[in-house]
Amino acid sequence: MKMKTLTTLALTSALTAGMAAADLVIPDLSYRTGPYAAGGTPFSDGYQDYFNLLNARDGGIGGEEVRIVECETGYNTEKGVECYEATKNEGALIYQPLSTGITYQLIPKATADEIPIHTMGYGRTSAANGEVFNWVFNYPANYWDAASVMVNYLLDENDGDLEGKTIALLFHNSAYGKEPIRTLEALSEDHGFEFTQIAVDHPGQEQKSQWLQIRRERPDYVLMWGWGVMNQVAIQEAANIGFPMENFIGNWWAGAEHDVTPAGPAADGYLSLNMNRVGDLPVFGEIESMVHEAGNAAGDGSNMGSVLYTRGMYAAMLAAEAIAKAQEIHSVSDITPAMMRDGMEALEITDARMNELGMAQIGPEFSVSCENHGGSGLGIVQQWNASEGSWTALTDYIAPEDALIDSLIIEDSTAFAAENNITPGCL
Amino acid sequence: MLYREAGDYKTSYPADSQTFPIAFDRYRYWVVLAVAFLVIPFFVNDYIVNALLLPFLIYSIAAIGLNILTGYAGQVSLGTGGFMAVGAYACYKLMTAFPDVNILIHVVLAGGVTAAVGTAFGLPSLRIKGFYLAVATLAAQFFLVWLFNKVAWFYNYSASGQISAPERTVLGIAVTGPNTPAWASYLVCLVFVTICALIARNLTRGAMGRQWMAIRDMDIAAEIIGVNPLKAKLTAFAVSSFFVGVSGALFFAVYLGAVEVGEAFGINKSFLVLFMIIIGGLGSIFGAFAGAAFLVTLPVFLKLIGVDLLGWPTDLVAHLQLVVVGLLIMFFLVKEPHGLAHLWRLAKEKLRLWPFPH
Amino acid sequence: MSADFLYGIEVVINGLMAGVMYALVALGFVLIFKASGIFNFAQGVMALFAALTLVGIMEGQVPFAHLINATFGTEIHHFGWHVPALLAIFLTVGVMVVFAWAVQRFLFRHLVGQEPIILFMATIGLAYFLEGVGDLMWGSDIKTLALGLPQGGARWLEDATAGLGGEDFYGFFIDKLDIVATGVAIVLVAGLIAFSQYTKHGRAMRAVADDHQAALSVGISLNFIWILVWSLAGFVALVAGIMWGAKSGVQFSLSLIALKALPVLMLGGFTSIPGAIVGGLIIGVGEKLFEFLIGPMVGGATENWFAYVLALLFLVFRPQGLFGEKIIERV
Repeated sequence: MKMKTLTTLALTSALTAGMAAADLVIPDLSYRTGPYAAGGTPFSDGYQDYFNLLNARDGGIGGEEVRIVECETGYNTEKGVECYEATKNEGALIYQPLSTGITYQLIPKATADEIPIHTMGYGRTSAANGEVFNWVFNYPANYWDAASVMVNYLLDENDGDLEGKTIALLFHNSAYGKEPIRTLEALSEDHGFEFTQIAVDHPGQEQKSQWLQIRRERPDYVLMWGWGVMNQVAIQEAANIGFPMENFIGNWWAGAEHDVTPAGPAADGYLSLNMNRVGDLPVFGEIESMVHEAGNAAGDGSNMGSVLYTRGMYAAMLAAEAIAKAQEIHSVSDITPAMMRDGMEALEITDARMNELGMAQIGPEFSVSCENHGGSGLGIVQQWNASEGSWTALTDYIAPEDALIDSLIIEDSTAFAAENNITPGCL
Repeated sequence: MLYREAGDYKTSYPADSQTFPIAFDRYRYWVVLAVAFLVIPFFVNDYIVNALLLPFLIYSIAAIGLNILTGYAGQVSLGTGGFMAVGAYACYKLMTAFPDVNILIHVVLAGGVTAAVGTAFGLPSLRIKGFYLAVATLAAQFFLVWLFNKVAWFYNYSASGQISAPERTVLGIAVTGPNTPAWASYLVCLVFVTICALIARNLTRGAMGRQWMAIRDMDIAAEIIGVNPLKAKLTAFAVSSFFVGVSGALFFAVYLGAVEVGEAFGINKSFLVLFMIIIGGLGSIFGAFAGAAFLVTLPVFLKLIGVDLLGWPTDLVAHLQLVVVGLLIMFFLVKEPHGLAHLWRLAKEKLRLWPFPH
Repeated sequence: MSADFLYGIEVVINGLMAGVMYALVALGFVLIFKASGIFNFAQGVMALFAALTLVGIMEGQVPFAHLINATFGTEIHHFGWHVPALLAIFLTVGVMVVFAWAVQRFLFRHLVGQEPIILFMATIGLAYFLEGVGDLMWGSDIKTLALGLPQGGARWLEDATAGLGGEDFYGFFIDKLDIVATGVAIVLVAGLIAFSQYTKHGRAMRAVADDHQAALSVGISLNFIWILVWSLAGFVALVAGIMWGAKSGVQFSLSLIALKALPVLMLGGFTSIPGAIVGGLIIGVGEKLFEFLIGPMVGGATENWFAYVLALLFLVFRPQGLFGEKIIERV
């Protein structure tokens, strides 16, 4: 807090926020502006609304008020660094960087500063190996899990046999988009399907070549690792060439309402993965009455219940549970980032607990350990219903092929450990 | 009163042709250097260094580089992002291939690699001129980014496609990696900035700089008076790319520590650096600093006022930031069309006469 | 005929269509550059702003709602009415005309006679400003453009041509939206040419493009012509915004379509309307064919850089662009 105060003083020579020192500080590195604002806004709304609900309903967590420090990154790495430096000295307990670039940025920094990072279904996949990445958590699932869940879903659809089928991966030509390739290559060897890769260059407004190629080659299934404008265009182009929507599966960052609505009725039947269930949860009612009606809504309140709002709220719930766990372990209410890490490592999410919180079935049951920071890796497949304008879950939580994913994670994380002179081990 | 050349007699040619002929300028220069090297390192914290000083210093190097090419030699370039990426990836490959060699040497070598690449992409400038030349550099921009993304050798076949800087030390103190003290990374960048500015200042004052400016002002006329356009243009590309490469290497190794090429070195970076030199003032080393300071610090400053002081929603502040930056650019232009550097010159002219303007 | 050959033809046709889309964006640049020598960096943002305004008016959104709500603590979002598409388009054009007037009145009037680089810088400021204002005014969520433009492949063509190249050929694919875009582009270009050839203001516009001083001396108001040109560019931006926005929804990324227009401009020349069209077509076909033939060998996603390399190849032989004015250099 002192550093930030100094800076503010130095630069504005005025007022500093007089905040109580005993708060639980949660920075929210949101992106409500820029090319990806449509995805960042609902997530951040959900994230903040849940903490506000805890403050309003329970007086915080374990008797400590939660203080949210929002900082706008615009999905830009350099602004992310600025946000991190601006908030870390306020006693930040946990970072949710919300961008692959910022995550890679913060992994070494936060590790050195000993502040835990939670990258929920994004960021560095091999961070699931908690012995190498002591301060990074990516439960409940990661991209390699996602690829495997998709293939398992398709196996299920085809009575366990993908022999001779073709699966194309349409991906954003960036580190994020290339994540699932290794997994899918390994899976294609195991299950005998043919795997093709189709890259879309950033930003992805023009995908004619790619979809003509899909039209020529007629793959049985198209999986998509898309982001931003690429999603909307891909779904529209898929509809244009008449690709069967139920054979087109996006990952969980390509499966929100705003990805499908621009295509209108043509998007009906599109599938996407999700790590959290959407639907009418009892907790929404509480947020509505205790947060929104009290005038404390983080946004304009219109995003409640949407896919990314729910995910943001889910992320907040996981953080809040970890805080409670940390308070329980260390039996103090005003915890430090290091205690927070212990809480996250001992986190256990059960169906009973989710019921109690008014979010029944929002996520799978999982527990975290020192060796496994990645959760269970389960995901559901959901389908877009254009006439009702809602997502419906098609399946229950599907498990990935843990043996394969784990070996890939070990391989990548040991390479990282060797490059950075880290001796794997628990803290 | 203080700032005038009257009474400042020069008795030798070297004294007459020194970088800052006015005594006050010279003192100011030494004071600025002394403060930067001896005072600031003791007062900085992580926030000031990482959010303000490092981006300012690193963008200054890039802006000096681009200013040599665009401001002094008159060749428009929109490939700055791509060339910074060359510097960053060259530095990464060198760092990981020769871990025992000093990182500072790697940064310089990365600049050298970039100079070679830049020269190759500068070849079309002999034939294509003006705005049209931008196409050659844009081709470089998009091609290089694509290449670094596509060829796994450049990122050592890591699964993520990102490159991250391992820890390297200078004199036993970490200068890259997460354990770097704030003052160390600041000082490393400051040393490079100082050396680069010094080189640039002297190059542009010497024979080479005059050739560049002759080419910029009218290349046919320059050719007639004996300037070799091939040599002048390609040296401009080489020197400019060297600086840009150094800044790219520092940007990756010291400032961010981990980058992904498409995000960190995209076309936006090229535009940003171009905006810096245009706003700062073309053909001026000071302009490069002023432009970098304007575009790096102004948004942070506006954010501090809007969010921390006034408590507005962060997204509103971010939008207003754009509006204010845009308005300021337009306002400065209407008032003073030749960039911040010209304002500075005007201020100095006024100061020479102060306090008796007549 | 083999299926591969027919697919090659299909790629060429679709490349032409994509080229038309690029040309639509490039046209706006050419109009302004020709008449005033300004390289308008804000053209892409203008397309975004125009499209946002159109959707905002149609949906009856309250402008600056977020700002008003945050300042006064109110909860207003919509007026509660829906404006028919055609009327909304007219109103949007009106907004763009006001914008053109304001740009002229408050910015470029003060910069008459400045060097091109300074005018370019002014448009950078304009781009920042407009980006911020657009988002403040209409919000940064993705909006659906419900103009009822036809979408999807032209099935009759597919059915009619299926089987031409044997089993493996599924018929030619053409997007109906692209057909509409082509029609719009033809009408737009014909209209612009007719306007500049046969109307008083059009002729005045060409006179200004040829020589500012001479045009002034025969009594043409530069101020009026520049407002006219910026309004036209605003209209072209709206058309481009509609066509691109129909595919992706109206969102921030729409401002990035300017990047697709740059190689087109450089290839076709900054000063030629036919150049923008032909340049667009060449770039469209070139990049799609390269991706089709060479792309698979090098890993794909080549279109972004290949467009520039293609433009570069042309420029090495014709440094002023295909249709640009011949560069005459004297000492």
